[in-house]
Amino acid sequence: MITGLSHTTVWVLDQNSAKNFYTEKLGFDVRDDTVMTNEYMPGTSGFRWLTVGPKRQPDLRMLLAEPKPPMVDDESAKAIRALVAKGAFGAGVLDTDDCRKTYEELRKKGVQFLQEPADRPYGVEAVFRDDSGNWFSLTERKGR
Amino acid sequence: METPRHMRALMPDVERLASLRAAKDLMDHSYSEELDLDAIAGEAGYSRFHFVRSFRDTYGRTPRAYLSERRIERARELLRTANLTVTEICLLVGFSSLGSFSARFKENVGVSPSEYREREIARGGPPPIPGCFVLMWSTPTPQLRRSPRRQDGPIVDRTNSRRGEP
Repeated sequence: MITGLSHTTVWVLDQNSAKNFYTEKLGFDVRDDTVMTNEYMPGTSGFRWLTVGPKRQPDLRMLLAEPKPPMVDDESAKAIRALVAKGAFGAGVLDTDDCRKTYEELRKKGVQFLQEPADRPYGVEAVFRDDSGNWFSLTERKGR
Repeated sequence: METPRHMRALMPDVERLASLRAAKDLMDHSYSEELDLDAIAGEAGYSRFHFVRSFRDTYGRTPRAYLSERRIERARELLRTANLTVTEICLLVGFSSLGSFSARFKENVGVSPSEYREREIARGGPPPIPGCFVLMWSTPTPQLRRSPRRQDGPIVDRTNSRRGEP
């Protein structure tokens, strides 16, 4: 039986900038920030393992990964960077207990919203982008 | 962090793409407002001429076509879910004339706005897909209903304007 999701990958254009965005703007915790060495795993020298997650969901790690070797080859990295910059990727749905309030807080911090909070059949939802161009839904779900 | 030399040649023009994305986001966000090509190109920091070509190369259609499709798509959402007349919806999504709205709607969807509404009502409710996914992963894409303040300002459809020819 599969019991849950613990790690997920978000492609970012710059890990330093993403780390600032996810912690300072979104209020996430940094779960890991470490650089791999060849002694630890051959061929991974310089690979930075950077994960973050919402404070209230300590068992989730979102890997903020730059598309480059060893995760992907150079050609794939180029394609992924272009798609991220174009805004093609959605990175997930983030839960909130008050969408309109959280929207105001994030907006004041300079987070770019594509959609202001609006009532939907399942709750209140807004859509924003991270500093790389990935979009997230910010949803206050009904009955939770 | 300095990019390794072997990677530089492989880097897409990320800044250029991000600028074009800003223009696309403006249309997705403010489609119900008066948006002419100068404003859209300005969002990306482009002159009109270079903007149209770059946008089309990146997103596969001209900005004018994108904005028009976005407005039609928004109208479809409202026709399915909102208790508004076809004329009200036409104005809400940024068209200034019912004639051009109906013509473009039929061109895109294949039926008139009122036929579309009847068909959708007969079919039942919307599919259980979160609105954000429908919004972002279909092109053009259903979005959330506009806040009422959008109705305060002038709502002008420039999609047919020759001057603003995107």
